[in-house]
Amino acid sequence: MTDNLLDVTETILDITLFISFIAISLSLILLLIRMLKGPTNPDRAVALDTIGINLMGVAALLAIYLITPNLNDVILLIAILAFLGTVAIAKYLEKGVIIDRDMD
Amino acid sequence: MLIAVLIPLIFAIIVPYLSKFKQKVHTGIFVFFIPFSIFLYFIRFVGSDFEPVRQTYNWIPSLGINFDFYLDGLSLLFVLLISGIGSLVVLYSVYYLHVSERLGHFYLYLLMFMTAMLGVVLSDNVFVLYTFWELTSISSFLLIGYWHYRERSRYGAQKSMLITVFGGLSMLGGLVLLSNITGTTSIQAMIAQVDVILANDYLPLIMAFILLGAFTKSAQFPFHIWLPDAMEAPTPVSAYLHSATMVKAGIFLIARFSPIFSGYEWFFIVVSIVGIVTLCWASYMAVRQTDLKGILAFSTISQLGMIMAMLGFGTGAAVFAAVFHILNHATFKGSLFMIAGIIDHETGTRDIRKLGGLFTFMPMTGILAIFGTFSMAGIPLPFLNGFYSKEAFFASTLELESTGNAIASFLVEAIPYLAVFGSIFTFVYSMYLFFGVFTGPAKLDKLKTKPHEAPIGMLVSPFILVLGVIVIGLFPNLFNGTFLIHAAEAVNSTVELEKLKFWHGFITPLFMSLAVVGIGIVFYLTRQKWSNIYHVLPGKLSFNKVYDYIIKKLDDVSAKITDSYMTGSLKTYMTIILATILVVTTFFMVVTGGFTISTDNLAEVTFIEIAVVLVITIAAIATIFTNSKLGAILITGVVGYGVATLFVIYRAPDLALTQLVIETVSVALFLLCFYHLPKLRKRTEKASTKLGNAVISIGFGALMTIIAISAHSTDWFEPISNYFIETSYKLGGGHNIVNVILVDMRGLDTLFEITVLGIAALAIVSLIKLRHDKEAK
Repeated sequence: MTDNLLDVTETILDITLFISFIAISLSLILLLIRMLKGPTNPDRAVALDTIGINLMGVAALLAIYLITPNLNDVILLIAILAFLGTVAIAKYLEKGVIIDRDMD
Repeated sequence: MLIAVLIPLIFAIIVPYLSKFKQKVHTGIFVFFIPFSIFLYFIRFVGSDFEPVRQTYNWIPSLGINFDFYLDGLSLLFVLLISGIGSLVVLYSVYYLHVSERLGHFYLYLLMFMTAMLGVVLSDNVFVLYTFWELTSISSFLLIGYWHYRERSRYGAQKSMLITVFGGLSMLGGLVLLSNITGTTSIQAMIAQVDVILANDYLPLIMAFILLGAFTKSAQFPFHIWLPDAMEAPTPVSAYLHSATMVKAGIFLIARFSPIFSGYEWFFIVVSIVGIVTLCWASYMAVRQTDLKGILAFSTISQLGMIMAMLGFGTGAAVFAAVFHILNHATFKGSLFMIAGIIDHETGTRDIRKLGGLFTFMPMTGILAIFGTFSMAGIPLPFLNGFYSKEAFFASTLELESTGNAIASFLVEAIPYLAVFGSIFTFVYSMYLFFGVFTGPAKLDKLKTKPHEAPIGMLVSPFILVLGVIVIGLFPNLFNGTFLIHAAEAVNSTVELEKLKFWHGFITPLFMSLAVVGIGIVFYLTRQKWSNIYHVLPGKLSFNKVYDYIIKKLDDVSAKITDSYMTGSLKTYMTIILATILVVTTFFMVVTGGFTISTDNLAEVTFIEIAVVLVITIAAIATIFTNSKLGAILITGVVGYGVATLFVIYRAPDLALTQLVIETVSVALFLLCFYHLPKLRKRTEKASTKLGNAVISIGFGALMTIIAISAHSTDWFEPISNYFIETSYKLGGGHNIVNVILVDMRGLDTLFEITVLGIAALAIVSLIKLRHDKEAK
């Protein structure tokens, strides 16, 4: 009985994973189109940020799929980097520089 | 013997110190004792019971390169010439060179040359021979360029260097081949294996190489052009190097190797033709010269051609005559150069058109010149050594026998006539040299100073040499049995000792000599009338022009070739590099059958992989075609993140972490220097260039793909990764295999990659902070 229940859970998990992968891939490809088309650079920046978030999802799904805890670091890192990257790009778009010079 | 060879070189080291006292004692006086003591050392060996002496001193025994000195008759003849005339030249130079000259340099070069020349004639080891051979070229170069502030000196030095080193290098090729074939580096051992060499297929090549070396060094046609230009050297140098010693190194080489090559029929043909042509051409050209040393230079060339021809004949009589003439030529030509130097020194010019009637002013010099020039002309007088060797030369031309080869039999017929032809011109320029300078009206108004007799010390050396001319002339057999016969035997073992006589009776060589004198007198007296012939031949033809043309063309063409690919454009270099890799790698992969594609052991492709790869591919292609700079940077970021995803898929979390960080930093860096990045412009290249770039880039990508597939398809060895998996915890104490490898098993790589990062950081700081231009201040 327990075995049977496990099997069912596993099947459900597999199906969910599959659907999630397809969805996230579609999302990535659509983001890529936004990335390539633009039309403005802020569009691209937002697209890149969202790609980063999607990658977190990919990594998380893969961690489930591969049954490993080793990718958790990657997920956290992507989160930090996507934030940093987006801030940097945003600042660049806003001010034209990333690091301000001293005011002296 | 090693000490005897090396002592000039050792003494040369202290010469610069001695030259500090040159105001008190002329440096040449110290130097004089060196060649003179060498002369005394070697004169002991002369005697009828002479036996070759061999001595070996190790240098590089493992390569068979040792100082093997072999003193046989031929070496002895040359050694005595080098040291004997060397002493006289040093003595002469004491009076010739003023103390205000750079005497230290002069004697240093001269002593260097002396060692080199002694080494050439005494070496039995071919590579040691070559070493000394090049040392003669170098020291000769230095001596010709002694007055380096003169443009002609530099030109002459460079020319002689290029030509003789060209020959020297080809000789090295011949020597390497010879030592490969025979398995020995000793010349005598090679001579013992003459059958092996004569049977070898490379024989023509070897002979051509070695003959090239000998012909360039001995100024044979058409490589004679460097010798007249070498006359820019100080006269003692011309007398020593360019008449008595260095130019005879080629003669020595031919004589040394003739036991090996004389069995080969082309040796006779090539050496005889070159010798005879040199004899005729140079004596013909000598008549045209107006510079005393120019006449003597061409005269030297023609006499060397005569010796070369006799060595080419290779018969016993010819070889003996050749050896005899080597000695004779050294005596009279050395004295003539010294006389030319005296005239130059006392009148201030060497131009024969400005000279004349000097006999009344310089009677001693004139008397010495009579013997020198008349001996050179080969006038039949019993006290001139030139006559004996010339008659022996004529006799040897008549004794030639045909070997059956068509060219050889034609040569045998033609050589006596050519010999007489060349000798007629020899007679003409000899007479012109003497009578043009010493008789006729004196042209005092053309001279800077009033000519007067040379100091007695300057006359000593030519006097001793002329004494040699007379002694050999009066007693031609004086040295034969004890000395010359050994030299001839070393070249050709069948030489028999003949008594040289002044009067042989009415035989053909005598008529040839008389013809030379008779026609020569007519030619000399009518010189003005036929001198127009020089406008026809050589006219505008000149080997100097060929040389200059080759040198200029070499410069031009190499500049053109270099300019054609060193354009300064990185794009061009990149194209060349990639195209070369593409072509060469493809060629070798195809030739060696390196492209193998097998579909065994391939993993299953999953849906997520396809999706990620698709994203990366689209992004990568998009970077090429995007028009926005910022867009290109961000799209590159997509590629980087895509690769990080691939690392995740292939279960490399450490790589993925690193890749993410690095990619973000890179994008940030691109943005940081965004302002300085070049604008993306519409490329304005030609369609063909674009097509070429496309072909190269696609081809290169395809090649790398195929190589990667082939590398995966050929599985030669078991991977070693199992070892790491097994021992990571056991030996390294860690579960993270990647990190255990990085810091434990292969920690050294990590250390140096840390170093690379450190260097990069320091370099960036220095690039930004350190500016030497004015604006930064």
